[in-house]
Amino acid sequence: MCLAIPTRVIEIDENGLAKVDLGGVQKQISLALLDDVVVGDYVIVHVGFALQKLDPLEAEKTLALFREMAALVEAEDAREVH
Amino acid sequence: MKYIDEFRDGVLARGVAAAIAKESRSAREYRLMEFCGGHTHAISRYGIADLLPANVRMIHGPGCPVCVLPIGRIDQAIRLAREHGVILCTYGDCLRVPASERLSLLKAKALGAKVRMVYSTQDALKIARDNPDRQVVFLAIGFETTTPPTAVAVRQAAAEGLSNFSILCNHVLTPAAMHAILAGGVDIDGFVGPAHVSTVIGYAPYEVFATDYLKPVVIAGFEPLDVMQAILMLIRQINDGRAQVENEFTRAVTREGNAKAQALVTEVFELRQSFEWRGLGTVPSSALKLRPAYAAFDAELRFDVPYVAVADNKACECAAILRGQKRPQECAIFGTVCSPDNPVGSCMVSSEGACAAYYTYGRFRGQSASEIQSRVR
Repeated sequence: MCLAIPTRVIEIDENGLAKVDLGGVQKQISLALLDDVVVGDYVIVHVGFALQKLDPLEAEKTLALFREMAALVEAEDAREVH
Repeated sequence: MKYIDEFRDGVLARGVAAAIAKESRSAREYRLMEFCGGHTHAISRYGIADLLPANVRMIHGPGCPVCVLPIGRIDQAIRLAREHGVILCTYGDCLRVPASERLSLLKAKALGAKVRMVYSTQDALKIARDNPDRQVVFLAIGFETTTPPTAVAVRQAAAEGLSNFSILCNHVLTPAAMHAILAGGVDIDGFVGPAHVSTVIGYAPYEVFATDYLKPVVIAGFEPLDVMQAILMLIRQINDGRAQVENEFTRAVTREGNAKAQALVTEVFELRQSFEWRGLGTVPSSALKLRPAYAAFDAELRFDVPYVAVADNKACECAAILRGQKRPQECAIFGTVCSPDNPVGSCMVSSEGACAAYYTYGRFRGQSASEIQSRVR
């Protein structure tokens, strides 16, 4: 029920409706719950409404943390082989 | 798809799993409750349970709106459609929930009731506009994620003077349910906190669980790497003896949340004094109803459909499962009498329900191939 997905805004009209793209599937959603959305933003969409903007810098930071942990495992695996 | 695939990467997951294995202490057990059905689904679907050490146990919470809706509420919706002749609009999740007299909204539809599945409140408004001579009721259910879209629809209906539209309001509150869980005395060491509920309400409302109950809370996204990272963060807090609210889902959740959505909800809704939940019983101040200014859109005031409490099927363990006190496979009818094709309890209906998640992705876990074959035969 609470499932929602990040989608890219590709068009915004004067009524506060936006067209979003999710891996090639396009859908019209409402921006009634968010201010300051611009074309190109990623928004989290739930039951036809954008709930929140996605922060690309924070997403990158989280992914960097995961990569760091994976690199540690790889380094340890390599040590075990030698 | 961007911001989805990266957070499902198997190689990166191995890194987090290794950190969990290394940092969890074998001398103790970690009992962690994921509040949301979305997390329950992710844990089952992506096999996260198999990546965790045996002493890190996930306990499934009540954060599945379809699961916690008591039978009497679905009965009201069915009565509206069958006895009052309304067009009843509902999200798809509710269609197959078992109600009284072996009915469900889907069976009521088959018997001729006007039940329409909608994707959005906007679809329900359109149905009301297109059918001015019919009453149209939207079965509004869900936690804080799903409430703002209902608030928008009610305001639109008021602005347009759409007098044939109303809602059967069942919106419920996450923090109230967490209080009820803790008051019920379930033995847990911390919470994986909601993803999308928190995009709306922020993470400040969970701080009371850290300060007053000394339970760590880590807000997590719904992708598998998010869930694993949150588990690691909880283990670290527990090891350090800390109880704080931490945020793993920084790409979408702030402390304050979505102020515009919160303001809309506050304008349209007020607290109900009490609300009956499946599993948790009657919980004070745990749900919302329309404010007097919007009472004209309240289906419970417009139609004579009083709420009548109905006991669950005696064999069904949904209630104990929703409280985190039993696991799906501990229910005598799990996977035999009760299955997604023929659900007895609501936890087997929604894909976020613990029983449906176990049935779909894990009902053969821990069994050998020959055992499974003998059961299938």
